[in-house]
Amino acid sequence: MALGLEASLGDTVLTTKLDAVINWGREYSLWPFVFGTACCAIEFMSAAASQLDISRWGAEVVRFSPRQADLLLVCGTISYKQAPILKRIYEQMPEPKWVVAMGACASSGGVYDNYCTVQGIDTIIPVDVYISGCPPRPEAVLDALMKIQDQIKGESVLNDRHKDFKGILD
Amino acid sequence: MNTTALELIQAAFPDVPCTSSIDAVVLTVQPEQLETTLSRLKNDPTLNFGLLLDVTGVDFLEYPTPQATRFLVVYTIRNWEKNMLVEVRVPVADPAVGIPTATKFWDSANWGERETYDQYGIVFQGHPDLRRILNHWQFQGHPLRKDYAIENGQICYESDSLEKEIKDRLASKGVNKTTMEEINTEIMYLNLGPSHPATHGAIRILTALDGETILANVNEIGYLHRGFEKTAENRTYNQVIPLTDRLNYCSALMNNIAYAKAVESWLGVEITERAKFMRVILSEFFRVQDHLVCIAANLVDMGGLTNYWYLYNEKEASYDLISRLTGARLTSSFTRIGGMYRDFYEGWEADMETHLHGIEKGVSDSLKLVLKNRIVHDRTQNVCVMPADKALSYGYTGPCLRASGVPFDLRKDNPYYHYETFDFTIPLGSKGDIYDRIMIRYEEIFQSISIIRQAMKMMPAGPVFVSDNHVALPPKAEVYKNIEGLASHFKLIFEGVKAPAGEWYDSFEAANGELGFYFVSDGSGRPYKCKVRPPCFYMMSGFHEMVEGEMIADAVINLGSINIIGGELDR
Repeated sequence: MALGLEASLGDTVLTTKLDAVINWGREYSLWPFVFGTACCAIEFMSAAASQLDISRWGAEVVRFSPRQADLLLVCGTISYKQAPILKRIYEQMPEPKWVVAMGACASSGGVYDNYCTVQGIDTIIPVDVYISGCPPRPEAVLDALMKIQDQIKGESVLNDRHKDFKGILD
Repeated sequence: MNTTALELIQAAFPDVPCTSSIDAVVLTVQPEQLETTLSRLKNDPTLNFGLLLDVTGVDFLEYPTPQATRFLVVYTIRNWEKNMLVEVRVPVADPAVGIPTATKFWDSANWGERETYDQYGIVFQGHPDLRRILNHWQFQGHPLRKDYAIENGQICYESDSLEKEIKDRLASKGVNKTTMEEINTEIMYLNLGPSHPATHGAIRILTALDGETILANVNEIGYLHRGFEKTAENRTYNQVIPLTDRLNYCSALMNNIAYAKAVESWLGVEITERAKFMRVILSEFFRVQDHLVCIAANLVDMGGLTNYWYLYNEKEASYDLISRLTGARLTSSFTRIGGMYRDFYEGWEADMETHLHGIEKGVSDSLKLVLKNRIVHDRTQNVCVMPADKALSYGYTGPCLRASGVPFDLRKDNPYYHYETFDFTIPLGSKGDIYDRIMIRYEEIFQSISIIRQAMKMMPAGPVFVSDNHVALPPKAEVYKNIEGLASHFKLIFEGVKAPAGEWYDSFEAANGELGFYFVSDGSGRPYKCKVRPPCFYMMSGFHEMVEGEMIADAVINLGSINIIGGELDR
């Protein structure tokens, strides 16, 4: 039995909070942009292939244009040469957007503690979820997706995300 | 050692000191003799060294025994018909003055010398396009010099425009403003990558288009340069193995094997028979994996998504065996210097047979979609042709060279691990077009499966590791109970397997072509220098020759057909 406003409007109308309904929509229709540079991209291919099937989380519409994506999956090592491109792609994505650093290299530089490798992409762009592993198993990608979904649930359409972020390229 | 090659070359160059190192004849020539030596090696019909495999430098600044000059440039050149390998060493007195270029003899010298310039700062006089290739254009200094600190990273704020390069390339093709005005059109510059689905990784392809036809093309690589060589210099020989996984990550175990083989051949370690057969089985299994991914991705580029499921699902299924055996799906790190990490698990034969059967089915299903498919034929036949002479000049090896009709395969021409005893054929293309490159990979899958089945029947029982305690870790019982075992364990872990001082090159037929390793050892447990000869680096260097004059959409599928793997390309 409906209560409050819903009771007087009959059973054709539902009321909810704006945040709840928008977040519900965002949660199950993430459009990933795969910034695949190295080995981790192969494991992302496995996560997308039929055995694990990323579409069960509503995130199978992989877009290769940042303008059409809201989830940036950074799969692989980011070198200093690549860094300005990653930053530009991130900036081209419309708000709201989430970032997953997949694997040791994207999270921290991994085994490549040297002159050409960025020591974690969070020095360039803000990151929401990190996945460990070199490379991570595809199940870990799905786990990260669920973590992103959990984060989305708790957000508000009124607040900007990461507006104070400053990286080495800013 | 190849004594006939040594005698032949010594006779051809009587006043040049010739030595030998594993399979290679080593010539040390002064810069002023370099051009005549290289020209003779290439053009003399008795020598006929037509395939320049690699160019690299060495910095002897911290080398324990004094050398004549600080820098050295090494050209590794092969006569593929007679299985002769020569290394031409050139001492460089002043890197800023440098040495004459070899680009007039081999096209592969272009990128090889650019890399040497980028990493060591050695100038090549007369080089047409001497600029950085792996490091970004704002980079200062030369990272593989011994006085460059490994942690000294440099931020790149902006990508290179490549405007000058593409305009130069257009001019060299005879296209200028007036030609465009005559046909009443304008050139459109189109940039693909480095983040683009068609680039299969991080490569930048800049094209100048007339309509959809590519007039000129310039490529930029180095976006996945991860400092493999500098990192390897700071690790023991066994610690480098995990780094080799990440070269060609579609066939990681093959890189492990190629690397271990290269070190063992210098140490003179003869691995056990069972280990040899294990390596054959696993490297052929990974060759199949690599080809599956390559063909699957290539056909997706063409719009054949169904093939992706047929082929990739079999690869995905194979991870069951791989992860059960090695503990990892992609990055196996399964070899050690002196053998394999461990033997096959019990019951692996049945698993292997299941996977081979599955792969045969998947590949056959995919072939049914491709073989008589008019669209595939029209898009691939006579498209992006690489003639044999050009392929050799650009240093092509592996399936791409064989697609151009050159029957060079190290498994036949310089066999190792009993490859001469297996019954298999080398598929050859006739044209060197995209169709040949795809079909050769299909056929190689069947050949590799046949080799695996033969090797499984022939494989003897026995240990998979040598018993030599300079190389092999002692059994745990000895480490815990006696002091010699403990000391030997510590020394091998901390100091590494000690390689005698010297320089050597050894190579392996990997899925993409000749994967070579060039080492310089100072006698310690860490390589003084470790250079990879990556097959796809040289394939990419000839990419513009294939695509100029073709349509932009063909360039995309051509990139898939030469199987560029970023980890190996940029190291």
